Amino acid sequence: MKSSVIIFPGSNCDRDMDVALKKYGFKNHMVWHNDLELPKSDLVVLPGGFSYGDYLRCGSIAGKSKIIKSVIDFANSGGLVLGICNGFQILTETGLLPGVLQQNKFLNFICRNVHVKIKDKDNKYFKNIKKDILELHIAHNEGNYFCSDEELKAINENNQVALTYCGLDGADNEEFNPNGAIKNIAGVFNKNKNVLGMMPHPERMIDKYLSGEDGSIFFENLLKINN
Amino acid sequence: MKIKVIVTLKNGVLDPQGKAIQQTLNGMGFSEVNQVRQGKYFDIEVGETDENEAKFKVDEMCKKLLANLVIEDYKIL
Repeated sequence: MKSSVIIFPGSNCDRDMDVALKKYGFKNHMVWHNDLELPKSDLVVLPGGFSYGDYLRCGSIAGKSKIIKSVIDFANSGGLVLGICNGFQILTETGLLPGVLQQNKFLNFICRNVHVKIKDKDNKYFKNIKKDILELHIAHNEGNYFCSDEELKAINENNQVALTYCGLDGADNEEFNPNGAIKNIAGVFNKNKNVLGMMPHPERMIDKYLSGEDGSIFFENLLKINN
Repeated sequence: MKIKVIVTLKNGVLDPQGKAIQQTLNGMGFSEVNQVRQGKYFDIEVGETDENEAKFKVDEMCKKLLANLVIEDYKIL
């Protein structure tokens, strides 16, 4: 399976993502934001970081960069597009995903492990993952997911909520909400569920000695179900 | 021609920075401050001589980049 990771000025999780994808058998290409064409890919990843220094709004400038048109075309033709953290912010700014990521409710940068609940397995990202709860890492200042009431209703009706912040037992209530995100939302799909944005970093959880391996489960499964 | 734009959060959208500023002002003794909403201000130099045309273009810019209409409103001054 071929993947592409887009590098924007200020991306800083691009190499971690490259290492993770290759570890699980993807043939990965790094793609510069000024390129116009994507190489042939089965998966395109927008990595975490601070693209364009988070100027204007997080992800807003990257959302207008040269490569984005081909990413949007790829997504609209059914290709898998995954945005992690700043990548999630970029995807909302392009309109591929609903809603927006605002500054964390308590104005703090949060860097720690969290548990997230997989809310939908009828898709090419989480199908066949046996676990319902994953331990992943978050590191962000703007992860406070927000959308209008109508949008929230629509994404619930279409089962577009991918992940919610939760406790060890899966309770996804306010107690386990790190950043003020509406309904504890940590990740959402587009309508067709080929585009996924999530604040947690699976690429940081791929070493059983350093971090835990719930990220490995994600990448191994992603490769298997799409091969 | 210079066009000025103000972008603000929509009513009902949480503004934690505004809240922190309000609380600080209250703490400084400005107890009459009931609410602060923080926004952004842009000075845009447009190479147009016709004001309507310039504002029309800035309106497009607001919709496409300067404001995120999910959470923000804009006003061209």
